[in-house]
Amino acid sequence: MSRRARLALFALAGGGLAAVLVIGFTGLPDFGAYHGVYGRIIDGIGVTLRHGTDLITLLNFDVRAFDTLGEEFILFASVLGIVLILRQLRGERQEPHKEEAEEHSFARASAALRTLALGLVPAIVAIGVYIVVHGQITPGGGFQGGVILAAAPLGAFLAGRYLSMKAIAPHLLIEWGDAIGAAGYALLGLSGLVFAGIFLRNYIPLGTPGHLLSGGQLDVASVFVGLEVSGAFLVAWTQFLDQAMLVRGGQQ
Amino acid sequence: MSFLPFAVAAWLFVIGLYGIVSSNNLVRTIISLTVVQSSTYLVLLGVGYVSGGKGAIFADITQVSKAVDPVVQVLVLTDIVIEATVTGLLLALAVQAHKRFGSLDPHDLRALRD
Repeated sequence: MSRRARLALFALAGGGLAAVLVIGFTGLPDFGAYHGVYGRIIDGIGVTLRHGTDLITLLNFDVRAFDTLGEEFILFASVLGIVLILRQLRGERQEPHKEEAEEHSFARASAALRTLALGLVPAIVAIGVYIVVHGQITPGGGFQGGVILAAAPLGAFLAGRYLSMKAIAPHLLIEWGDAIGAAGYALLGLSGLVFAGIFLRNYIPLGTPGHLLSGGQLDVASVFVGLEVSGAFLVAWTQFLDQAMLVRGGQQ
Repeated sequence: MSFLPFAVAAWLFVIGLYGIVSSNNLVRTIISLTVVQSSTYLVLLGVGYVSGGKGAIFADITQVSKAVDPVVQVLVLTDIVIEATVTGLLLALAVQAHKRFGSLDPHDLRALRD
C-alpha cells in the first residue's frame, strides 16, 4: 500500500477511534471524583495490616505479590528473547575495534566530564541500594532501584571505556544476578507455602511501620526483584552495546 | 477541565498510532508504540485520582489522610515494566532487520513484501 493510501485510511480509522475514545472517556467519573472501593480500603487498612508505609510497594510485593511473580518472569523471558535474537550469527565475530572499544569518546567529551561520569558510578550504586531497601517506607522498591543500579556501570561506558564497563559488570555476574533474583522471588513464595501454608504469604515478622526492617517480606522481595531487574537490564544493554561496539562481519 | 487528563490520553493514543502508520524508520515505529502505551498510564492514574488526595505513602502523612488509589499506580508500574521489555525485544528485532536488509525503512523489509 502506498504511503498516501495508508495515511488516508488512517485518517478515517484514527478519526473514528478518537471519537469512540472521547465518547468512552466521557462516561468515566469526573477526574478526581473517585468512586472505587479497593483503593479506599487499602488506603485505610494497608499500614495496619502489613506495617509498610509505601502502599505501592506493599501492594506490589504483598497484596498483589503473585502478579509481580508473573511480571518478573515476563521481564526474565523477554531478556532471554533479546539474548536469543542478538546471538552470534554465522560469519560474525566479536572483536574490539581498538580505539572504539578500549577508549571511545562521545562528542569529544572533555577529560573532566569523563572523570565525573566515572566518579558517579559508586554514587549511583549507593542511591540504587538505598531505593531498593527503603521501598517499604518511601517511594521506591525493587523495580525502581534495580533500574538505577543497572545504570551504574553505564557511567563507565559514558566515561569512554566500554571494556572497563564489561569489567565492572561481567556477563557471568549480571546473568547470575538476573537468575538469582528471579529464582529468589519464586523461592520466597515457596517458603510462604512451607511456613505459612499459602504461596507468597508473609511469615516474616512485620516490625514497626516506618523502620528499615519493617513490612515483613516487602524488603526481602524488594532485594530479589532489585537484583533481577538490574541484572536483566544490564544483560539487555550489554547485548545492544556489544552489537554496536564489538560485533563485526556477518552477512549483509 | 475534569475531562482534560482523559482527553490527553486519547490524543496520545491516536497520535502514537499515527506515528506507527506514518513511520519510515523502525526505531521511530517503536518509539511511537511507547507513546501509545503511555496513554494507558494517564488513564489509569486519572481514574485513581482523588481531588485533594495525597500520594499513598503514609510515611509522613497520617493514616486517615485522603489519599489517591494505590492499586492503579501499581498497575502503572507493571505497565512500565512491560513497556520496557516490549521495547527491548522490538529494538533487538530492529537490529537484526538492519543487519539483514541494510536499512531500517519498513518498506525495505523484502521478506515481508514477498
